[in-house]
Amino acid sequence: MTASIRLQLTPDVRYVLRIADTCLVHAQRLAEWCGHAPVLEEDIALSNLGLDLLGQARALLTHASRLEGGGHGEDALAFLRDEHDYFNLTLVELPLRRGGADFADTQLRCFIVAAWLAPLWQDLSTSRDPELAAIAAKAAKETRYHLEHAADWVVRLGDGSDESARRMQAALVRAWPYVAELFDDDAVDAAAAASRLGPPASALREPWLASIRPVFADARLTPPADGAFRSHGRRGTHSEHMGYLLAEMQHLQRAFPGGVW
Amino acid sequence: MSARPAVVDDRTAQAWRVLASVLDPEVPALSVVDLGIVREVSAGEGGALEVVLTPTYSGCPATEAIEADVAAALVAAGLGPVTLTQRLAPAWTTDWISDDGRRKLAAYGIAPPCTRASHAVVHVLARNVPCPRCQSVRTERLSAFGSTACKSMHRCLDCREPFEYFKAI
Repeated sequence: MTASIRLQLTPDVRYVLRIADTCLVHAQRLAEWCGHAPVLEEDIALSNLGLDLLGQARALLTHASRLEGGGHGEDALAFLRDEHDYFNLTLVELPLRRGGADFADTQLRCFIVAAWLAPLWQDLSTSRDPELAAIAAKAAKETRYHLEHAADWVVRLGDGSDESARRMQAALVRAWPYVAELFDDDAVDAAAAASRLGPPASALREPWLASIRPVFADARLTPPADGAFRSHGRRGTHSEHMGYLLAEMQHLQRAFPGGVW
Repeated sequence: MSARPAVVDDRTAQAWRVLASVLDPEVPALSVVDLGIVREVSAGEGGALEVVLTPTYSGCPATEAIEADVAAALVAAGLGPVTLTQRLAPAWTTDWISDDGRRKLAAYGIAPPCTRASHAVVHVLARNVPCPRCQSVRTERLSAFGSTACKSMHRCLDCREPFEYFKAI
């Protein structure tokens, strides 16, 4: 078993890892649909979405590794960190194919996350960090297709049959407690905003709402009231599902140290 | 001294000709030059040929294969050693696919992007993509993603054939 790596976590490294890990873990969950989606076209679409996200994660992890300066590289960052050193949104680590979640949860999550990434990439494309700006400008174009595709499904299921509407509304109730984290600022956000590295999470709230409101209206979905619960995956405190996800994601690299394709 | 730039230019021109025969493994109708991912070819320091490539999609699984193919083809043509640089900005766009590339795509059965990327309103793109077989615009989209992320799947309502569309991005 390969030992985990330890990182020098400056605010900049943390900020980039939050985005990288959100893309990486979101991709890992979407990959679980490969071979299992309800229709072939969607199986392929979810795999393609996952590939785009994985590509975005790779570019960001490579960049985070460079900023961190320890010479670890993208693979070590992806596979050799301990749970508390991952900084993804908690929402993306929740199961999609177990625990009552289903295809509605999958499309809703894709929509919620794409609507959050779209304004994030947009803002990052003018970052003071030219490499981050370049990665973001490229990702912004890809996310536009993800957003459109997921929005189509949210409306199709939300405004579909009684059964599909019931399931999409149930998925929204399950996801909603984790949405507050998307806009929850802390010192890392403040440092990124002050140094013009990127926007604080709170700045994404208005553009996010602007893109979800019309889609939820078309889908006849009503978000539940906001509660007091706050998740903190972006700070390294994860749900009980993260350990299992990492065990699967890291297995090959831990079992065969240094293995490459 | 005066002959030197001509020699360099000749090597660069040869390299462009070689690259025009290096095919995209995912869309073998197109060369890397047709795709517009070769941004620069120049004689670098130390006698290496410098080639600047821009990846298409962030997650394109062919990116590494393309880089290996480009280097191998140039070395095999006696134009090595080769230094490859990946350049992210400006981001690749389907606007860089050459006119020749668009014709090759259509002949291969993949509808080329029918709008500029800057004008790509994705909802509009879902409909009325001209059929690469019969040119009818009475077509409909079957799926937003095809065998690769860069394509969507459509069908023609006139000739009834399914086809792929290279999405504007």
